[in-house]
Amino acid sequence: MSTTASTATAAGASDRAGASRRQGTFYRGDPGMWSWVLHRITGVLTFFFLFVHVLDTALVRVSPNTYDQVIETYKTPIVNLLEVGLVGAVLFHALNGIRVMLVDFWSKGPQLQKAMTWVIGVVWVVVMVPGAFFMLKRTAETLFGGN
Amino acid sequence: MADLALANPRTPKRPAARRSNFELYSWLFMRISGLALVILVLGHLLIMNVLDGGVHRINWGFVAGRWASPFWQFWDLAMLWLAEIHGGNGLRTIIDDYARKDSTRFWLKILLYVSMVLILAVGTMVIFTFDPNMPAN
Repeated sequence: MSTTASTATAAGASDRAGASRRQGTFYRGDPGMWSWVLHRITGVLTFFFLFVHVLDTALVRVSPNTYDQVIETYKTPIVNLLEVGLVGAVLFHALNGIRVMLVDFWSKGPQLQKAMTWVIGVVWVVVMVPGAFFMLKRTAETLFGGN
Repeated sequence: MADLALANPRTPKRPAARRSNFELYSWLFMRISGLALVILVLGHLLIMNVLDGGVHRINWGFVAGRWASPFWQFWDLAMLWLAEIHGGNGLRTIIDDYARKDSTRFWLKILLYVSMVLILAVGTMVIFTFDPNMPAN
């Protein structure tokens, strides 16, 4: 069978680089592929944070003062900002995880997977805007509000 | 063409039960635990980071107050075990995907499993042996 070859010729394979750029044969990923990448990255980051977080919480068994001292770090501006990042990562991982489950178990999941990717983006923004506001409120007031 | 000696799938000499269903159960576990973790973790993040001043109100007394209730003790225990195993299983998959040498894969997994046992043991111990009457120092 020579269907592939003739199709490639018909598509103008002579100018390879130019043709692939114009006609999109250069794979730039698909929303589903990028959400798979993000799912891995957010998962690994969250797992590493969990390691640190269980150990810092374990300080409640050392003494109240030790625990309070370490927990103060979480209230500093930069770490507070990192917490917004953590919540954003976990929220994406949760939403995309639900999408994966719907693709696996819901009869309409596979055909709606791309639509669900966009829904995730919208839900993420809608939750993160007020979420980040309340998480950073105190830090912003201390830094810029003068109280 | 070289002779390709592929055994017939139904050849009796072929070992029948050399595979287990471990990967199937691990796949299923990721979904079941994931569903529970959506509630447990997002609830935890909402309470600890967003509501009522968020992280700024957390101190030893706050933790003591929460763990006075068996409900939150159970919540945190369930979250600890499910998140650690869910995350550990995820990392196991990632190690399998990206480690190029068997020895790298072996040692990364040993490191992973040791860290999982450590975190599960420390976390569980802390939840069960927390002393609300501990002196400040």
